[in-house]
Amino acid sequence: MSYEELLTELAVNDERYIVMTAENRALIRNLPAKLGSRFVDTGITEQTMVGAAAGLALRGRIPVLHALASFLSMRAFEFVRTDAGIPNLPVKLSAFIPGFLSDGNGATHQAIEDVAIMRGIPNVTVFAAADEQDLVGMIETIWNSPNPAYLRINTRKTDYQHTPFEIGKAEVISEGADVTILTYGLLFEQALIATQILKDQGLNVGLLNMRSLKPVDEQAILKVAASSKLLVTLEDHFNTGGLYSIVAETLLKHGQSARVMPYGLDKWFKPALLPEVLAYEGFTGKQIAEKILGYTTNAIQPTIATPEFAE
Amino acid sequence: MSELEDIAFKVRQHIIRMSTDGGCFVGASLSATDLIVYLYTKFLNINKDNLDDPNRDYLFLSKGHDVPALYGTFAEIGLMDVERLKNHLSVNDNIYWHPNTKIPGIEFHSGSLGHLPSVALGVALDIKMRGGKNRVVCILGDGELNEGTCWEAVLVANAYKLDNLIFVVDRNQFQANMPTEDLIPLEPLHDKFTAFGAAVKRIDGHSFDALHEAFSAYPFQEGKLNVVIADTVRGKGLPSISARADRWFCNFTHEEIESLLKELAGDQTTQLTSETLVVR
Repeated sequence: MSYEELLTELAVNDERYIVMTAENRALIRNLPAKLGSRFVDTGITEQTMVGAAAGLALRGRIPVLHALASFLSMRAFEFVRTDAGIPNLPVKLSAFIPGFLSDGNGATHQAIEDVAIMRGIPNVTVFAAADEQDLVGMIETIWNSPNPAYLRINTRKTDYQHTPFEIGKAEVISEGADVTILTYGLLFEQALIATQILKDQGLNVGLLNMRSLKPVDEQAILKVAASSKLLVTLEDHFNTGGLYSIVAETLLKHGQSARVMPYGLDKWFKPALLPEVLAYEGFTGKQIAEKILGYTTNAIQPTIATPEFAE
Repeated sequence: MSELEDIAFKVRQHIIRMSTDGGCFVGASLSATDLIVYLYTKFLNINKDNLDDPNRDYLFLSKGHDVPALYGTFAEIGLMDVERLKNHLSVNDNIYWHPNTKIPGIEFHSGSLGHLPSVALGVALDIKMRGGKNRVVCILGDGELNEGTCWEAVLVANAYKLDNLIFVVDRNQFQANMPTEDLIPLEPLHDKFTAFGAAVKRIDGHSFDALHEAFSAYPFQEGKLNVVIADTVRGKGLPSISARADRWFCNFTHEEIESLLKELAGDQTTQLTSETLVVR
């Protein structure tokens, strides 16, 4: 099932749903015909869309908003914070092409601080999907929750079968005494590759899909901090304010210590098509594994298909 | 003006060649081509030797996704080596879907709509304060006018009487998914800008004579923001994609590129087989 199919099913059968967009229709092409007046395209007006969503939520609706992650989280930031965050209204943000998924667009379209700024707003919950199956498995729970929610959309397909989603819980893929990779979103795909390479090199490797970033699974973080010699926070996000910060805050809060390798970004990335971006910035599974090992392996990096441009 | 026609033709060839192997926003680039070629060759005092001169003119490309037209123009007027266009989307260069200042001659990065009217306003304000004579042009998309900040900039430009600032609207009638008038209607656009205090001219944005007549009248009225609404055609030069809402961002096959180049020269129309990309 795709994002659009599930959204259609939920929205058609529940009058509370209003599907909104600031002219970003890539994932909701067929919704206007299905929903009629409950599909609202405000044009390229992210701020007005979020304000209007708050008004709709005041009247008992569940608005689901679609725009590029950079414009939804940053252009409309104060509207999210003031109109959805302060009154704790169930405004649901679906953020397209977060992180590396903006490939050749350039810095204007790179949402790599979105987790930091969205989780900084009280009441706003933050999630990221590892792939399409993970996405489809989480949205009903997120949209049924009473809080505003920011969701990093990722519709890439992987073969991985995810376990059922729960707000505030990490998905434990594997456990390992030598190293544990904590990641979310697009890089889950690369983390799986890296994990396999590390296992082939004889390491005992754990992997967590941190799909609920706020609330975060503190117990899962504390557990791997105690049982693993090294933690790696892998993210297509600035190290400031993202998962590295979340792990640091959690350890500090509970008076626990750990060796943590931050594996995120410190500046905007080089714009190009996704496979080239990953290789240039050092985020292919093979590069991740080699950086963790500290030496070069003979492992083969699987080819990554060039994504369809889906701004 | 025939030399401008020649330059614009070559710029459109460059745009078409950039619309494969990852693609680009070809329709909007083709609509803005004549505007950009006219401004750089006939109106603006900008060349490779005066980029550091604070007294030169400025051009801000606010909608941003039409930057292939700017790359192509830069290649034709000597601001950029034409060979670099082959590096489109390569990690070894800085030529991608939106403008950035690593390309000499590009004033500011853009791509997030509704930013550069304000940035251009700041530059025009400084020029006014210093008593300068240079002119500041900002090219906006018509869909971009959905963003409230565009209209805030018009209000502020009016307040500060910035008659050295020129907003040029590439009025190609489309935004990403559909005609502008079917989504968030903009008309009567002339009246809207006039009511906000601007001096407005509405012209055929593909006629170099009309462009010349309009820009020769700069400043349109003392103390008023200049606005040029340039009526254009999205995909101008390629009948097989022009006026089609579903051909906004295009990633053509190599065969289609060859055919489109012939179509541009008026030889044939193209049977497009590549998938229509679902964007925005």
